[in-house]
Amino acid sequence: MKKIKGILITLVVIYVATAILGENFLGGYNQGKLLERTGLYGLLGIGVAFVIITGGIDLSIGSVVCLVGCGVPWLVMKQNWSPGSAVMMAIVVSMCIGLWHGLLITKLKLQPFVVTLCSLLIYRGATRGLAEDQSQGFGGEYEAFRTWGTEAVAVTDKFGIPYPFVILIVVAAVAWVFLNKTIWGRYLFALGNNEEAARLSGINTDRMVILSYVICSMLAALGGLLFILNGNSAQPSDFGNFYELYAIAAAVLGGCSLRGGEGTIVGVVIGTAVMQLLKNMINLVDWLKSHMEFLIVGVVLLVAVIADELIKRRKGTERKGSWFFFFET
Amino acid sequence: MGRPFLEVRQITKRFPGVVALSGVDLQVNPGEVVALIGENGAGKSTLMKILAGVQAADEGDLLVEGEPIRFSCVQDAQKAGIALIHQELNLADNLTVAANMFLGREPGKFGWIDQGLIEREATRVLEMVGLEVSHDTLLSELTLGKQQLVEIAKALSTEAKVIIMDEPTSSLSLSESERLFEVIRDLRKKGVSVIYISHRLGEVKELADRVVVFRDGENAGTLERNEVDHDAMVRMMVGRDISQFYQRTEHELGEVALSVRGLRTVEHPSNELGFEVRAGEVVGVAGLVGAGRSEMLAALFGAQPALGGEVSVGGQSGLPRSPREALGRGLALVPEDRKGQGLILDMAVKENMSLASLRRDAKGPFLNVAKEEELVSEMTSALSVKTPGSWQWARFLSGGNQQKIVLAKWLALKPKVLLLDEPTRGIDIGAKEEIYLLMEKFAREGMAVLFVSSEMEEIMGMADRTLVMHEGRITGELAREDFSEEAIMELATGGKMNKAE
Repeated sequence: MKKIKGILITLVVIYVATAILGENFLGGYNQGKLLERTGLYGLLGIGVAFVIITGGIDLSIGSVVCLVGCGVPWLVMKQNWSPGSAVMMAIVVSMCIGLWHGLLITKLKLQPFVVTLCSLLIYRGATRGLAEDQSQGFGGEYEAFRTWGTEAVAVTDKFGIPYPFVILIVVAAVAWVFLNKTIWGRYLFALGNNEEAARLSGINTDRMVILSYVICSMLAALGGLLFILNGNSAQPSDFGNFYELYAIAAAVLGGCSLRGGEGTIVGVVIGTAVMQLLKNMINLVDWLKSHMEFLIVGVVLLVAVIADELIKRRKGTERKGSWFFFFET
Repeated sequence: MGRPFLEVRQITKRFPGVVALSGVDLQVNPGEVVALIGENGAGKSTLMKILAGVQAADEGDLLVEGEPIRFSCVQDAQKAGIALIHQELNLADNLTVAANMFLGREPGKFGWIDQGLIEREATRVLEMVGLEVSHDTLLSELTLGKQQLVEIAKALSTEAKVIIMDEPTSSLSLSESERLFEVIRDLRKKGVSVIYISHRLGEVKELADRVVVFRDGENAGTLERNEVDHDAMVRMMVGRDISQFYQRTEHELGEVALSVRGLRTVEHPSNELGFEVRAGEVVGVAGLVGAGRSEMLAALFGAQPALGGEVSVGGQSGLPRSPREALGRGLALVPEDRKGQGLILDMAVKENMSLASLRRDAKGPFLNVAKEEELVSEMTSALSVKTPGSWQWARFLSGGNQQKIVLAKWLALKPKVLLLDEPTRGIDIGAKEEIYLLMEKFAREGMAVLFVSSEMEEIMGMADRTLVMHEGRITGELAREDFSEEAIMELATGGKMNKAE
């Protein structure tokens, strides 16, 4: 690991700024909350990073979050399934969703944007139909099941590391090994750069692309599950709205190029943390109003992308001279 | 003659990792046909792009009628009277012949196109080049050869003073070529100059008033009309006697390594291809652009699976349905488009070299880093790849070194049959020689080598035997002792059949 620059500096700067300007930022509760949010959103970011590395995109993440987030409590509370079977169902359904996306994109050669845009509408619409547009949740029941989204590994009596963040770290570690230490990871980067050359080198590129969509949808489902366990209430009409955009933004902040072939897991995790930190800052700093959130996030993302591009140009022929790419293999 | 119409002085052009032109000169007098020859990568095409305003030179001057001039775009060059006919066609398939000829310079006012004028002009110029099609024919309905003539007609209609033709006959039939030569002679009479770039020395000898030879981005010499002969041209192009450039040694041929029967490609479904290549043999595939040579290689390698037929490699037969299947049987393909199909440009030299053999060397699903390093250092020295380090991106290497990386990728798998599509396109002469030496070495070690080339000298220099293709069929096969430019061209353009037309 080397070159911890760019986004890490951004993270530190915003962190320090918020600590100075905001109230109660450094308190155990707020810090725990930050880690929890990073954990939840980070799973979506890692998922979409796989797809972005292949040069694709997945716009359906928010709707998959909604489908699982509403579907699991619906199965448990309304259909009397056990939590275990409901989770199994979520895994199978999300796997099928990813497989379906991948097949349409590789075999029918449809554009990822179009396929997943349709999915965005379909899954949300289906969820609203399924739940009859009623809010879903566990009420006061299934406390033990819900601890996966609510509990924390206690560090001090006021601060603990939330389970969702622990899960993120585990998933990130597995994803990092997959991308950097296995042949499949190498294949993903290769085909994201030049699919034809990868195919002509004997790589089954279709299979790898399908796999990346499956990973993306399954992580979206895992995220959706943790979101509902954590929040305990999901409105089918808006649960998970725009989450795909947060995930994509975090991936881009973390060094993924939408042209494909570039991206790092650690970058995506830190990118997610920066996004959550910005939200937190807007909440805690008096003169920043909450309705300015999109404005601020949008501007930060744009500045980051412009800085990245300019630095890349100045470095010219030097390879991988980018601010926002660090933690190379 | 008086003042040259066009003069190039000390032009230099650099690309990342390579100097394409270094201080070249060229003069073109009015009404003169100057042939510009040189091996692939000698810098001919780069100079033509500079003359036509497609690219800008880094150093040097351009003079038109004695006045220094700078082109910042194609329109500037057109205004100065220079038109370029690209080797690759730059036409829109979905437009008519007339619309293509006037694309981007439609006559008319306020965005309203003067259709009548376009049609009259188009008809007049089409007649000049002897193309018997209506101006409202859709381009997609024409053969490649006829499309090439449309491109030429387009250049004529700009009233250019200098027309640059970059390998204009590479997709023309014999009769179409003849027609083109007449057009060129006509132009000469009218005082129009032609810069004629070709690999076909026979044509050059027939047409040129003067031959300018480039080698490795520099002027290698000039031959006046009375000095032009085949050997002199080749000597200047390669810088020594041809026998030293293409070094082949006699060696025993082994068993049949590749046997193809009844192969039908997607592009030419009604033609069946059949031939054999023996271990240790180097077989060339000659033909015009569009003759179906690359498609044949793609079908053999499973890149564009064939419709039918049988491909046997080392005893295993059947049709490869994917590259993965093909390489499992011992086939390897070095594709024509190195940057688009051969390399992952933004990945390290190392990662490119090991891409095909990763799976074989892996420990379960995990990369075998030690094995990869070993392979890369072995290949880097075996092929003498020049790179600042194996971490460098393939993008920043010269064409010759890039091609070696593609070769290394396949050599790691020790293929039985090596398919090469235009193996030396766009690489400098030193690297070319190295590629030829490698081809010879592979053959000596018992590999069967099948290579497609549009360069006559390369085919005649390297092949033990040549298959000639025309419109999707193999029209003939020539043994080394029967090689001649005329014999190959006759087969490549459909031979006697075509003449009878």
